[in-house]
Amino acid sequence: MSTVAVEARDDFPTATAPREHYLNVNYGVKSWLLTTDHKRIALLYLASITLFFFLGGFFAVVIRLELMTPAGDLVQSETYNKLFTMHGLIMIFFFLIPSIPAVLGNFLVPMMIGARDLAFPRLNLLSWYIYVLGGLFTLCAAVLGGVDTGWTFYTPYSTTYANSNVILTAVGVFITGFSSILTGLNFIVTIHTMRAPGLTWFRLPLFIWAHYATSLIMILGTPVVAITIVLVALERGLHIGIFDPALGGDPVLFQHLFWFYSHPAVYIMILPAMGVISELITCFSRKRIFGYGFIAFSSVAIAVLGFFVWGHHMFVSSQSVYAGLVFSVLSFLVAIPSAIKVFNWTATLYKGSVSYETPMLYAFGFIGLFTIGGLTGLFLASLGLDVHVHDTYFVVAHFHYIMVGGAIMAYLGGLHFWWPKMTGRMYPEGWARLGALIIFIGFNLTFFPQFILGYLGMPRRYHMYPPEFQILNVMSSAGASILGVGYLIPMVYFLWSLRYGAVASANPWRAKGLEWQTPSPPPTENFSETPIVTEEAYNYARQEAVGV
Amino acid sequence: MSESHRALAHQFDDLEQQAEAATLGIWAFLITEILFFGGLFTGYAVYRTNYPQAFAEASHHLDILLGGINTVVLIGSSFTMALAVHAAQSGKRRALIAFLLATMLLGAIFLGIKVVEYSHKFVDHLVPGRTFTFPGAYAPQAQLFFSFYFAMTGMHAVHMIIGLAILSVLVGRAWRNRFSAIYFAPVEVTGLYWHFVDIVWIFLFPLLYLIGRH
Repeated sequence: MSTVAVEARDDFPTATAPREHYLNVNYGVKSWLLTTDHKRIALLYLASITLFFFLGGFFAVVIRLELMTPAGDLVQSETYNKLFTMHGLIMIFFFLIPSIPAVLGNFLVPMMIGARDLAFPRLNLLSWYIYVLGGLFTLCAAVLGGVDTGWTFYTPYSTTYANSNVILTAVGVFITGFSSILTGLNFIVTIHTMRAPGLTWFRLPLFIWAHYATSLIMILGTPVVAITIVLVALERGLHIGIFDPALGGDPVLFQHLFWFYSHPAVYIMILPAMGVISELITCFSRKRIFGYGFIAFSSVAIAVLGFFVWGHHMFVSSQSVYAGLVFSVLSFLVAIPSAIKVFNWTATLYKGSVSYETPMLYAFGFIGLFTIGGLTGLFLASLGLDVHVHDTYFVVAHFHYIMVGGAIMAYLGGLHFWWPKMTGRMYPEGWARLGALIIFIGFNLTFFPQFILGYLGMPRRYHMYPPEFQILNVMSSAGASILGVGYLIPMVYFLWSLRYGAVASANPWRAKGLEWQTPSPPPTENFSETPIVTEEAYNYARQEAVGV
Repeated sequence: MSESHRALAHQFDDLEQQAEAATLGIWAFLITEILFFGGLFTGYAVYRTNYPQAFAEASHHLDILLGGINTVVLIGSSFTMALAVHAAQSGKRRALIAFLLATMLLGAIFLGIKVVEYSHKFVDHLVPGRTFTFPGAYAPQAQLFFSFYFAMTGMHAVHMIIGLAILSVLVGRAWRNRFSAIYFAPVEVTGLYWHFVDIVWIFLFPLLYLIGRH
């Protein structure tokens, strides 16, 4: 998309003279902690979720160390339970769910639609504080001894049997949910009411469509898990039997309510990632997206269908076979919009001028890994096969291919792509390509063996295993150490680039989005004057034709 | 439209866009609220279906007179709230303040009656927990009923209290003459919230008090 003057505005005289932008407009702790600028709030989120990412990663390191040997020689089973619980809780609720929406979405949604800010800037800041408060509760629970129920809080582990800090953790997750709701609400209202003149729905970047679909899930799903957590806390605190069969309650009802949110939550993690990929693929193949409408509506279709598949988590939880059949068929349906996206991205590459900058490497990684993760999801949606691999490492490998191979690859790709816009500095391309490669190799070495382990029958959530599984587990742990190094590399050079990176021009990738038509870093008001949109998204053909 | 109103936030072009955003925002929020209560309604419906006899017996212990009075009080408060929004739209400051105060009064009466009802349940040992006692064979299931009764009406009461807090802020702002015929979005948005909370009660009352009573 572009304004009338896109060609002429490609190269601003950035940073030659000190120019006022959102980072240097004022300084001091207060100017950050009380900011209502969506760009600064995005950076607040970036800092806090990075912290949680490395904390969650730390738990993963201990898990992989323990699994190097068949015996439980590093930690005891209670500790191990706490390790995988804290890893899951932190990575899902405090890293993956906020990652792309709260950082990239926060920064980019207003810029991509030509707005000065989100519709409710103070609500946006509030959502960050709510997130931090929820995080503090969960950290308190971790420091006071952790929680051992699994991130799913299944009853009766979480109500009758757990001796750990269930209520404290539950309160943390409950609170953080509201930050997600507020973000989703803010995006929906902003996208509806604040688009620049000429920016019709079908001229929107697909990143925006993806975030719109994500926001729908956030406001529809999150309140259900919130009230479910309240019921668990009531049961545990007051010793009443809402989910306790001895007192007339039904533990399976908990699973229904929990997965009604938590399966759609998977799409909260992957849909924004798909939005990022659409931006990267078009920019680095210099082509209009293939099948814009299909990709846009497939995001909405995934969001809608996602609410009707939760039962596939409960094939072996005494759910009726007929319900299982319906949920199985509905789960298969999700593959259709997902495949539409993958095929359309691939078709976009066809006859494109493909180049291999770091963001594009991550995009390629995403497409491959997401495809593997998605296809193995179909295995798990099959009633018969799921009985065999249920609660094994096959499931663990499957969702890590989606969440780490999919969501985190896209998050890193997006972070590289928009880093010049966010900071005004380029990252070092050589190091970044090396980092992307190491992450890709480390990831596959970590998680591919887990498919085999699961298929051979190794259950998840145990710290001991039969000796014949050791080779594959050692491979997985070795991969994890490579993956860990891979994640540290961007961390280091991103920080390095803040001071020593080359100064970024307004549009270093010659990309088409509105966010590239304002200086890097943007001024507080984003645009010196409201842009007017006169063409479709990703109109690279025109740009190439006029030879910019 | 380019008038620069005191209440116009910098990210909006005009008050019209701002009001549109506020209205869409509250509707999106109310949808969230519906799903929040929806979890409770689902749980209640499941157990009501599983234990119809026990739930009917337990619901006989609710005070239908107090519940009925409260329903009327709440519908009345929705009426005064609607009048308050109308007064705001027509720029009538005194009427606005009067109707907001009337709404708050009715809301407070509702909560007062609720406190009386709750205290009766305490006296009768019908509050779930260690002291819960229920005559007959259905004690555990009746306790489930009362768990949902307290969770649902309690969550509703929390929303009422939040509503009262917002209304008191509105009264203060109306007092300082912040609203006018062109800027009244906060009143309208609060009105939608208040009506929503009332409608939740309109569903709670028959579900908890009336079903199974002949």
